[in-house]
Order: sequence, then structure tokens, then C-alpha cells
Amino acid sequence: MDNSKKTAGNLGFLAKTSDTTLLLSITIIVFFLMYLGAMIFQGAGFLKAQTFFNILNANAALIVGSVGMSIVMITGGIDISIGGVVALVCMSCAVLLDKQGGNVPMAVLLAIAIGLAYGVVQGYLVAFLDIQPFIVSLAGMFFARGMTTIVNTEPFNVANEQFVALKNTRIKIPFLGSVNKKGVFVPAYIEIGVVIALLVVVLFFMILRWSKLGRWFYAVGGNRTSALMLGINVKMTRFYAHLICSTLAGISGFVYFLHVGSGSASHATGMEMNAIASSIIGGTMLTGGVGNIIGTLFGVLSLSTIQNIVSSAGLDQAWWTGITIAAMLCLFLVIQSVIMSAKKKALQA
Amino acid sequence: MNEEILLEMKDIHKRFPGVYALNSVDFSLRKGEVHALMGENGAGKSTLIKVLTGVYTKDEGEIRMSGNSEALDIRSPQDAQKYGISTVYQEITLCPNLSVAENIYIGRGSGAVQNWKEMNEGADKILKSLDIPARATQQLGSCSLAVQQMVAIARAVDQECKVLILDEPTSSLDEEEVEKLFGLMRDLKSRGVGIIFVTHFLDQVYEICDRITVLRDGKLVGAYDIANLPRVQLVSKMLGKDMDDLSDIKGSAETYKAESNMPPVYEAEGLQSNAGIKPFNFHVNKGEITGFTGLLGSGRSECVRAIFGADRVIGGKVKKNGKEVTIKNSYQAMKNGIAYLPEDRKRDGIIGDLSIRDNIILALQVMRGFFKPMSKAEAQKFADDYIKLLDIKTPNADKPIGELSGGNQQKCILARWLLMNPEYLILDEPTRGIDIGTKTDIQKLALKLASEGMSITFISSEIEEMLRTCSRMIVMRDRRVVGELSGNELTQNTIMSTIAGGSEK
Amino acid sequence: MTNLKKIVGKQIFIPIAALLILILFNLCADPSFFKITLGTNSAGNPVLSGYLVTILDYGSELAILAIGMTLVTAASGGQDISVGATLAIAGSAMLKVLCGGATSASVMQAPVIVALLVGCIAAMLAGAFNGALVAYFRIQPMVATLILYTAGRSIAAWINNNELPIISDSAFTVYGGFIPGIPIPTPFFIAALCVLAAWCLLKFTTIGLYTQAVGINENSARLNGINPEFIKFLSFVILGVCVAVAALIKISRLSTINYSVIAKDIEMDAILAVALGGNALGGGKFNLWASILGAYVIQFLTTTLYKFNVQSDALPAYKAVVVIALVVFSAPTVRAKLTELSKKKSRSVQLAGKEAA
Repeated sequence: MDNSKKTAGNLGFLAKTSDTTLLLSITIIVFFLMYLGAMIFQGAGFLKAQTFFNILNANAALIVGSVGMSIVMITGGIDISIGGVVALVCMSCAVLLDKQGGNVPMAVLLAIAIGLAYGVVQGYLVAFLDIQPFIVSLAGMFFARGMTTIVNTEPFNVANEQFVALKNTRIKIPFLGSVNKKGVFVPAYIEIGVVIALLVVVLFFMILRWSKLGRWFYAVGGNRTSALMLGINVKMTRFYAHLICSTLAGISGFVYFLHVGSGSASHATGMEMNAIASSIIGGTMLTGGVGNIIGTLFGVLSLSTIQNIVSSAGLDQAWWTGITIAAMLCLFLVIQSVIMSAKKKALQA
Repeated sequence: MNEEILLEMKDIHKRFPGVYALNSVDFSLRKGEVHALMGENGAGKSTLIKVLTGVYTKDEGEIRMSGNSEALDIRSPQDAQKYGISTVYQEITLCPNLSVAENIYIGRGSGAVQNWKEMNEGADKILKSLDIPARATQQLGSCSLAVQQMVAIARAVDQECKVLILDEPTSSLDEEEVEKLFGLMRDLKSRGVGIIFVTHFLDQVYEICDRITVLRDGKLVGAYDIANLPRVQLVSKMLGKDMDDLSDIKGSAETYKAESNMPPVYEAEGLQSNAGIKPFNFHVNKGEITGFTGLLGSGRSECVRAIFGADRVIGGKVKKNGKEVTIKNSYQAMKNGIAYLPEDRKRDGIIGDLSIRDNIILALQVMRGFFKPMSKAEAQKFADDYIKLLDIKTPNADKPIGELSGGNQQKCILARWLLMNPEYLILDEPTRGIDIGTKTDIQKLALKLASEGMSITFISSEIEEMLRTCSRMIVMRDRRVVGELSGNELTQNTIMSTIAGGSEK
Repeated sequence: MTNLKKIVGKQIFIPIAALLILILFNLCADPSFFKITLGTNSAGNPVLSGYLVTILDYGSELAILAIGMTLVTAASGGQDISVGATLAIAGSAMLKVLCGGATSASVMQAPVIVALLVGCIAAMLAGAFNGALVAYFRIQPMVATLILYTAGRSIAAWINNNELPIISDSAFTVYGGFIPGIPIPTPFFIAALCVLAAWCLLKFTTIGLYTQAVGINENSARLNGINPEFIKFLSFVILGVCVAVAALIKISRLSTINYSVIAKDIEMDAILAVALGGNALGGGKFNLWASILGAYVIQFLTTTLYKFNVQSDALPAYKAVVVIALVVFSAPTVRAKLTELSKKKSRSVQLAGKEAA
């Protein structure tokens, strides 16, 4: 009895912080500790600014996809079709640019259109026919993967000049960079995709924070029946969540395409898992109602940093990636449940 | 108090397939009064509330409100909201993951942008004016249940509600919290809000309410000023028994004589579960029928659930035939020869999609063990036997139990436990929601089983049934045992006055 | 009329109807689909060949998985999407045993039964991991199994240090090929054995009753002395055994393993088999035999699609459409609407001849 009171005293601060803030701060702290650790123990690579920006460059698409995933997860759903949609978008855009004579704006429109179409269908099935989101998006994932092969079987690189120019655009970061062997200062750079990703993060952070729709997402995820009683249109809210998620998956597809410059049926395999893992690491609860887009950004960064650490530690065999992600995910699921139950205890006392 | 009528419901009818839930019920609410709506299970109070809040649409009748020249047309909770009728439910219908302020304002008003500053200021103002101890920016989940309840009320008040319905808001609150809630209710009253208060705590009714409307079996019993309706009379009206008329009807159950040298079949000392009942002592002898009585929500079901290990047992000693045993879950209870027919048949009893046969043999099968399944022929025989014995009306044993009528479902569950041949059978509201014929059948069966040596605990909302069957009754009020009656004490009058409690003081 | 209704109402009717439609379609499109020829294979043994034999052959591994998947679905109300990955783990473990840890072996280094046992243990461990997350940590089944879905193939590769061990012992090819002298593919016999085992399981234990009770009403099941957590956990472990047996067939066919490709998308087929068997994906009542038949029907569909030159990578797209059609049709909201429609129809019919009900 005395003991429990004592813990409650120590955990008192837990009771006062909101779930979202609590989990967000954990994520950010973990990320900085991890990066700091990498800088100290593995030095060289991690001290360069470009290493950090490369993480951004390589994961811009994942950031966009994870934002959508977080939104769906906040409403209490899930969408595992995003990897498939990314592959489908890449292939469709590649075919459009190289075989159908399309141009870049058309490709952008196509990417968004595919995402929108996906969102409408999946959103309708989930929100209005009340089918489990997992089954719907599982079928969606297989459909997208299959369609990718139907659009074009062989993987190929895009040669469209307009596109390649865009793909190779480097945005220099002022004052940051490194001095190479010849003693020349090489400024750090990011790709266009990163800009898009950061814009998406800011936009949806604002939507979740300052729009009524954004707050509805949280309400629906917190307690669906209550949300209905509070006068929220639960069906439409869930529909919008899936619509946004799939549309972002479409945009994510284009960002991915911009990074790799090719179409292939095996693009973005397992991306849905990375996105779910990033969201969870970023403090989004699987049970819905809790989450934050900034957290998701840090979730992606944490995930890719740990992958970088693992590979630069010499464990660069392919399988380590999968195992690392799964382990991270497991770890954070456990942390979440432990902290939440500690918080509950602190509240009861 | 004001005499002005705020809300009037006239001649309300509502039928469901097989049930006449509301039969010509009238109800009126004055401005600035707290009006208790009372009734036992199936009395129709929740149906009436749901008609008023638009969850159900009425079949007949009209609802009028002062200030509206025409009768109200309420088809959805949103409609009710529009007319200024708000409801706060027992289960808090707010989002625990949002802030207090958001819970007050979400889902209301137009526009797409959330103005946090304005919202928090507004919320703080309401919270302050109602004296609710919470900050606008606090996460709702971090508030106590009472405060959450109050936030729900604050939301209703801010929506300028004229009629506030409180549906069992105090069930999960402790005394201090209830006091806070009552303070808030008095405050609202003084502002002219009409409050409909649904509760089963008599003390609370007499503490806060001005008038009482009693319903029974879907019909209006009457509306009374609180001053003119003593507790005992209220109880007798709810239970449908007139105190004076029936005072001399004694229980027909014969007084049980325990064999003095035998230890009780079951004995509990200081038993306590996590369902919020105070620790209690209880015992039952061989061939004895005991009963737990009390109003709905008094804790009678929680007691027997603790006995069967259906809720988490957190304290107490249990003896079986004089030997100490551990009963922490249902399986251990069953191994000790205890059977339990649960109160909520749909949720805890039937396994809807499975056949009658599977439902009947389930408990015995579990007792026999995982590697000893009974053959289909054997199962069929058991099922057929009990279908005949209990007169279960079904073409065959293959029919899914969910398709049977309530009474027949109940008989199947009863068959399930009888098949196990228990030493001690707990029947928690076995007669609830079933036809008259079956009710009598079940009571007769209980008496017969007891005469054959089975120990039985019988719970029913209808005192008559309990008088007919039980030879000893434990009386419960507000989740604690307040008395034990046997022999000559078993009369309607003593039971009702013990339930009511206050009358002796 | 009532007889017809009775037949249509039976659960097994769904896969049978699907099978009939597929048969009819193939009859119309190209009757040569049903041709079976008896030839000899490279080892000089008599073998049957033809599309139908392919269906029997490849449908068998799916049927084995469908047994476990049906139990998981019934008990937990969700599906295990990690079966493909778990299969890779089991297969990898088996190959390691069979090759004695070397990268290749011309003779089996251990008896097949030992390899199968090791594979079983590996797959059961994976199942236990999934089951524990679902039953004791109350994570939705599909999210819980998503972890192994991602990591499983990596673990499989790690077991053999990313080598692809090759076993060139002809005695090992029997399990995925033909037993000398018998022209029917072995997987069919293995599947038959599994079905027999499943039958025994249902016959000699109460797992069928318990699983359904847990899936339909967990509260009631608990109050009747059943431990719902354990039943859920058990169903995942049983699925693990099924996966290990399927893995044996798979690696016997290939004589090696390809971690990223082996049994790819097989979870989709297994789930589809369960759905096509008319079992509710939300759990509860199940019919194992309908699922098993469903598995063969799925293979029938796959083979038909192959015959029409659909690429293997494109197959999932078609199957996804079938899944969606199935779940939409069985969704409660859609069902409610359909019954409403049919009621309206029958009401107008009944107006003529009033019934005394």
C-alpha cells in the first residue's frame, strides 16, 4: 500500500501531461539520444551534416506516407495498402512519362488521382459499409501490387529529360556542409522530395491541431460512440481519414518516384510496415485517439537512424533491416503499454 | 420552485416486437425542478428517456415544450439537442483523449477552424461559473469520473439546455463526488433548468428531488410530490405491491430447518470483488433456498458474481462443506460444484450462434475436460432429455439458441447448469424478460431441486417470487448488506421497509 | 423450394457454388482444361499431369494452411498475415537440419522427421509469439502478425546466414513431387493426412466447441469455465504446425529456398480460402471442411487465371477483387440492406396469400 503511494507520487507528473505530449516527448528524446550516441560512438559519418540530410532524402516518401498512416491510426483505423499504392504510382508515372509521352505535371496529377481513387473506394468500404480496415487495405495492397505488374511487368529507369532534371535538382543548405578531401567546401543538400515532405508535415500538423476536422479525427479515435453522441459525423470523419491517407500515399508515391527515378513492382515493399512502425515510435497509439504528426516525423527519423547505425556497425546484411524495425516496433509497443498503465495507476492513486 | 410546466409528454406509446415497452405514459417536468424517474427492470424508464432524446421514435403520443407552439418532432439526438434537451449518461459519452475544453465544444458550431484561445477562455468561464474543479486545457481522461460527469453537464448547460436528463450519473461515484454533483444540480435548478434524474439510489432521490414519477411494466403508476410519498410507499409502488393490502400474505416457502451438525454447503467470510461491493458474509445450507434482494443496482448481482468468481475476487475466505477452498475464476467454482445462471442472458449466458445442444452441454463438457469430448449421440441425448424435461419449445436441438424466445433461452441455460448436477445453484434474475408461464415453471423447479437437496440462491426483482421460493433473504442497499430476514420476518412489509431503510430512523 | 433453400442455406454451398461456376466457365472457354494425361517423369515413374492435377497438387498446401487459419479466424476474429513469412522461417530451419548446416548436401544429413520437427518447433514459436501478442497483450491479430510479416523473411535468411542451402537428395523431392509408382502428387496425401489429423483433433478434443464459444461470446465462454486467452493462443500455435507441414512441401518442391519469394502472398490465399468457405472473418462459428474445399477452389481460380496467361505477379489484383466482393457481400450492413430488400419483395408477394403467423 505504502509502496504504491510512493510510486504514485513519483509518477504524479505523468497524470498531468496529456497522452499525446507525453509520447511525443519520449520520441524526441529517444531520437536525440540515439543520434548523439551514434555521433559519439561511430563518429565520422554521423558527424557530417550530409548524413542527416541523406536520411531525409532517402526517407522523404516514407515521411509523407507515415503522416497519412498516423491520421488513419489516430481515428482508430489502419491502412496497409500504402506501399502498394506507392509502387503503383511509380510504375504508372514511369509508363506515362516514358511510354505515353506525358510530362511531369501530368504525372503529378496521375499520382494524386490514383491516391484519391484509392481513398474513395477504401474509405467508402471502411466508413460506410463498416468492413474492417485491415481486410480492406490488405486487399487494397494486393490489388495495387498486382496492378503494378499489369501496368508494366519489367522494372525500368525513366529517361524523360524534364523529369530527370527535376529528380537531380539539389537544394543547397546554406552554411552547412563538409570539406572534402581536396579541401573544397561541399554544401549539404536536400532533394525536392524533402521539401514536399516537410510541407506535408507542417500542413497536416496544422490541420490536426487547428481544424475542426483534425480534432474530429482524435475524437473518433478516442471513443467512436462518444464522438457520435457529441454530434460528430463519424462516418464522414473516418472516410476523410482514409481519403487523406490514400491521397498522401499517392503523393508519397511521387516523392518516391522522384527519389529513385524508376518504376518497379518491388518498389516500397514493406513500406506500410515502416510507416506503422514510424507512427507508433512517434507516439501514435494503435488503439487510436493519440498521436502527433511531429512525432511521426521523429518516428521516421529514429527508425532510419537506427537502420543507419545498424548498417554502419557492420551488420549490413539485408535481413537486419527487417529485424531491427520489428524489434523497434515491439519495443515501443511495450513502452507505450507500460507508460500508459503507469499513468493509469498514477491517476487512480 | 416554479409551477410552470416546461416539458409535457402525453399518452406515449412504444412497441417493440413482442414487448409493449411504453403503454400510454404521461410525464411532465416543471421549470427548475429535479424530477426522479423511478422503476425496476423493464419498467420503461430507459425507453421513455430514449424516446425523449430521439434514440427511439415514439409510436403514438405527443411531446410539448413551453415556448414551442407545436408538438416536438424528435427523430434523432441532434433534434433533441436542438430543442434544448440534453442527456448525460452513466457511461461517460465524452472523449477521454481530448481536453476538457474540447469536450465541451467539439461537434458544435460551424466553421472549419478551431480557435483554441477562444475555446479555452469560454470553457474556463463555464467551468468557473459551475464551480467545476477542472482546467480547460486538462486532458479529460486525467479528471476523476465525477468531474468528467460534470464536464458533460457543463457541455449541456453551455448548449443552453432547458431539460437535462441525468441517466444514472451517480452509479460509479463515491459519496463525496455525489455531493459535488448534487451541488451542481442545485445550481442548475436555480437557473430554471428542468432536470430528469434517473437513479436507483433511494437516499439520493430523497436528498435532491422535488417530484417522482414511477413507472412499472411500461405503464405510468403515478407522479408524486416527494413530501407526499414516504420511502416505503415508493418501494411498494415500484414493486407493484400495495403495502397494506398485502401485509398479511406470507411467503409460502416453508421455513427451512438446518441440520445443525452439518457445515454449510457454501460459506463466505468478508468476500469482496473488484465490482465495488462492500465485503460481505454469506452462507447457504444443504437444500436451502436463499435470496439476495434489494433494488436494481444495490449490489445483489455483484455478490453472487463474487461467489462464482465471475468478477475479480480481491478478498475474503471461502469454505465449501466446511473445507477452505479457493475460487478465483469460474472454472474453480464449477469444480466446487457451484453453478451460476447470469443476470444478463445475452451478454454472459447464451452463445448465440451455437446450437441448443452445444449450449446445453457446454458446462458439463468443460467439467469433463479438454480431451474427453462427449459423443454427438450422448450430447443429443442430454439435449433431448432437457428439452423435454424443461419443455423447451424448439423443433430440434440443432437450432441456434439465438433464434429462441427469451424464456426458452433461459431454460436452455438452466439446462446447461442442471446437467452439471451442481451442489449449489445460483439463479440471478432467472425470470427476467420471460413470459409468465416460464416464470412459474422456473420457480417450481427451484423449489423441487431444493427439496431434492440442492442449495440454491435466487435473485429476482419481483418480491413475490422471492417470497414464494426463499426461506432466507439477504437484503442489500447501496452495495452493502443491510439485513438478513428469515422465518416470520419474510413478509412484503418487512422486506420493503428494510430495502427502504430510512423509515425506521 | 424449401429443399433448395436448405441446400443454399448450408455453409458448404458457397465454395461448391464457386467451384461449379469456375468449372462451367472453363468448360465453356476451353474444355481441354479438364484433360488429364498419364506420362512418365524424368525418373521414369508414372505421373498424372494436367490442370486438374496441378490444382490438386498446389491446392493441398493451401488446404493445410486453411485448417490453421480457420481456427485462428474463429477464435480471435482476425487473421494471421505472417504465414508466408513463418513458412520461410520453418523452411529455412528444415533446410539447415537437412543439409547439416552446410550450404549444400547431396544426401540428407538428418531424417526428414527430425527436420519436420525442428520446422514445427520454429513455426510454433512464431505462432506462440503471435498468439501471445493477440491473447495476452490484446493487440489486434492482424497488427500483431504484421511484426513477423515484416521480420519473418529476414529471420529466415538469418537462420542460414543468408545462404540458400541446396539439398539434391532425390529422396527428399518425394514430399513435393511423386512417390515412385504412384501417379498422384504426394502433397495431396499429406493434405489428406492433415485433414485426418484435424478431424481427430475435432473428434477427440473439445477444441471445436471451445473455439466457437470463445469466438462468439467471450464473456459466456469465460463464465462457463473456458480460458479464452489460452484458446486463442492455442489456435495460433496450431496454425504454426500447419505452416511447418506446408513448408516441408514447399522446400521439397524447390530443393532449396528463396527467402523473399517462397510462399509469397500465401496468407492472402489462406484468408481467401477461409472467407470462401463461408466462415465469418469476424470469428465465431466455423466449418473446417468448407475452408479446405475453399482452398482447392482458390487454387482452381489461380490455375484458371494462369491458363489465361495472367502473370503470377498480377494474380493478387484479381484475387483482391474477389476478397472485396466476398467481404462486401458478407458485411452486416450490406446483409441488412439485402434482407430488407428481399423482405419488401416477399411482403408484396404475401399480400396475395396472407399467412397466419
